[in-house]
Amino acid sequence: MNKILKGLALAAAVTTSLTGFAQAEEPKQGGTLITVLGSNVRNLNSAVQSGIVTGFPGAQLFASPLRYDEDWTPQPYLAQSWEISDDGLTVTLNLVTNAKFHDGTPITSEDVAFSVEVIKENHPFKSMFAPVESVSTPDAHTAVLNLSKPHPALMLAMSGQLMSIIPKHIYGDGAIGDVKTHPRNNENVVGSGPFKLTEFKNGEHVILERFDDFFIDGRPYLDRIVMRIITDPAARAIAYENGELHMGAFESLPRIINRLKKVEGLTVTPDGYGAIGPLDWLAMNTTKGPLADVRVRKAIAYAVDKNFILNALMQGTASDSRTGIHPDSPFYSGDVEAYDLDLEKAAALLDEAGYPVKDGSRMSLTIDFGWPGVKPQVEYVKAALKKVDIDVEVRASADFPTWAKRMGEMDFDLSWDTVFNWGDPVIGVHRTYDSSNIAKGVWSNTQGYSNARVDELMAMAAVESDPVKRTALYAEFQQIIADEVPVYHTNTIPYHTVYSDKVGNPPLGIWGTSTPIDMTYLKE
Amino acid sequence: MRFSDHKKTQIVASLQSFLMRCLYAVIMLMAVLVLNFSMMHLAPGDVADTISQSMGGADQEILDQIRADYGLDQPFLVQLGRYMGNVLQFDLGYSFFYNAPVTDLILQRLPATLLLVFTAQILALFIGVVLGVISARKPNGIASHFVTILALFGYSAPVFWTGILLLIGFSLKIQIFPVAGMQDVTIEGGFWVHFLDIARHLVLPVITLGSIFLALYSRLSRATMMEVLGSDYVRTAKAKGLSQNQVVYKHALKNSLSPVITLAGLQFSAVISGAVLVEAVFSWPGLGTLAFQSIIARDTPTILGILFFSALVVIVGNLLTDLALRLVDPRVGGKG
Repeated sequence: MNKILKGLALAAAVTTSLTGFAQAEEPKQGGTLITVLGSNVRNLNSAVQSGIVTGFPGAQLFASPLRYDEDWTPQPYLAQSWEISDDGLTVTLNLVTNAKFHDGTPITSEDVAFSVEVIKENHPFKSMFAPVESVSTPDAHTAVLNLSKPHPALMLAMSGQLMSIIPKHIYGDGAIGDVKTHPRNNENVVGSGPFKLTEFKNGEHVILERFDDFFIDGRPYLDRIVMRIITDPAARAIAYENGELHMGAFESLPRIINRLKKVEGLTVTPDGYGAIGPLDWLAMNTTKGPLADVRVRKAIAYAVDKNFILNALMQGTASDSRTGIHPDSPFYSGDVEAYDLDLEKAAALLDEAGYPVKDGSRMSLTIDFGWPGVKPQVEYVKAALKKVDIDVEVRASADFPTWAKRMGEMDFDLSWDTVFNWGDPVIGVHRTYDSSNIAKGVWSNTQGYSNARVDELMAMAAVESDPVKRTALYAEFQQIIADEVPVYHTNTIPYHTVYSDKVGNPPLGIWGTSTPIDMTYLKE
Repeated sequence: MRFSDHKKTQIVASLQSFLMRCLYAVIMLMAVLVLNFSMMHLAPGDVADTISQSMGGADQEILDQIRADYGLDQPFLVQLGRYMGNVLQFDLGYSFFYNAPVTDLILQRLPATLLLVFTAQILALFIGVVLGVISARKPNGIASHFVTILALFGYSAPVFWTGILLLIGFSLKIQIFPVAGMQDVTIEGGFWVHFLDIARHLVLPVITLGSIFLALYSRLSRATMMEVLGSDYVRTAKAKGLSQNQVVYKHALKNSLSPVITLAGLQFSAVISGAVLVEAVFSWPGLGTLAFQSIIARDTPTILGILFFSALVVIVGNLLTDLALRLVDPRVGGKG
């Protein structure tokens, strides 16, 4: 009897797992996905507003010419095909012919040209389209981007949330520079993407519904997306756990990530952040005091135990990242100095640099931080450097602008910092090391780092069309950066995506939720 | 005419004092705005930094452009003059961070906060007074100790802690209340369906916020009730043979209420401050959350607009308190 029951149970288990598998294979149409945004949305128009919070609704409302698969290979989206001329100076986009905006107007090359103009004028990432001199429109479905120099970064810049195609007939009614405050950015939005806006209530939710005339047949699968705005991470965690939320991204608290991993029916994954490329690091002001000496900077890197940060502070949720390029990027080269903990080497380097221990201290430094989340790292650095007799004073900032001001004026010794790659290294990596970008606001080269070879390597990589050569240039670049430590690269930000078993095909590609989720579906 | 001359002069006098109070209030409000504007200006950095933060970084050119767009590149006095000029025309300006008129932002959020705070206040006031009276009648009874412990807990437990604890208990372990927000947008139905939905969302935030108020009111009404019960006229009432209940509810209660109502009036100022944390924990789409986020974002027009509104609420609240006090105690408001 017992055996038979067991056999039946096994058979039942096999059938359910098989049907479960079959369900995963075939997406289902319909349903409302309840998901979440971790902070308030300032602007839904991703052509003029960057950032991860705008990225999620923005990429649903607006389509871009390309999308990327998990292997960093560009795929057709609004552009069904594209050609790059041999000299790399013209990029031709052949748009799909049946694409319409949410008000039924056809999407034409005029809109592409207009969108590029708007992004160039309003979007904060100037390097994305800086080499684009003009966009010609030989016919309604062909757009030709004319470049002043080869610009391989353009490919990633034409995907995800970075190149949202917006309707000229809506946003073209005023000056190009005024689009960022256009009233239609947050209400009556007319987009080009798989979902259209139903309602945006500031501080409450963004509700999107399926656009039936979307240019890809049969998509999107979902009827509706409700993006609730819940700013408290603990409340979000409970909402995943009790099933109020189907899915959410950018969860970064190690304690919460590890707790949710144990919850049955939830999957918690670090996949989906390769292109956004979020990194944590210890920045050093290379322009003044002891930190101007590379030996002191190396000594600090040897004294700060990366494993403690990864295992104790991040509780195993973050990964080691040794350079300014995210480890998930094809350009990442981890074959550089890792700065494993070595207090003796650190002490020797400090002695060599001329900072012997005097009255129990070699030197006094300050360390800044801009938001409470990274205070543990800062306190740890203080404790770690005490072991090599460096006194560190922790300087808290009242809020982000206070810290940003200090960074922008290079009024700091050490600081904890968090910077995103945003696709191609040209967009989000160069800014930190480029000597022509020293201290131009926060997240510029606030370290005051300057190395002619690094500048040269970045300039060459920016125009190198051959991916193999480009990777080699970036490998040398990362070698030098790791060797000269203007920044001690410690770890990736442990962003995780949480989704319930009900969600099929969650957005785990290189752009995560900054990409259309037209292929995501609900299993029941 | 029914009014005597004396009554007339009295009315004129109180009208005058009322108008004077309004005038003071307006002056006070202007001073608050100037002071806050200046303080916001003194702090290093500005909204351009937080906008660039929300965008993942921006270069100097973009920062300058943002500052020019919002007039932040103008000298301080020009900015201040411009702002005050607008306020005098009842224009609270335009939010830098949210790209929306401040008045719209506030009016969108105000109902949620008023709903939360008033529900919590009224329930806490009612329950607090009842508990206070019960425990005052038997100061050494079990009920009295219960009230003391409740008050101590309610007053000393941080609201975000109480809130999270309630969430874990009643949203996760026993899933009867929702985690966040004010309504479930996927629910469809008529007025009553939505009414019940909002009520369900309201329960945990109201308990969290109400626990502070409850502690205050129950302690205070217990203390005043005990004092009143020991006074001469209560002894007289008892002596003339009234029952204990009649003494407590007819004679003592009214007199013990005055301090409680005064306190409740003062608590109107907690509309913003008290609600901030509770709103944050429960993602309640109210003014507290907006205030908090605007301060973080250095969104000066929004912060000043909220201050303006909360000052108005305090003033109106105080006037209402006065009225209520006159109702329970006719001596209040009369001269001498």
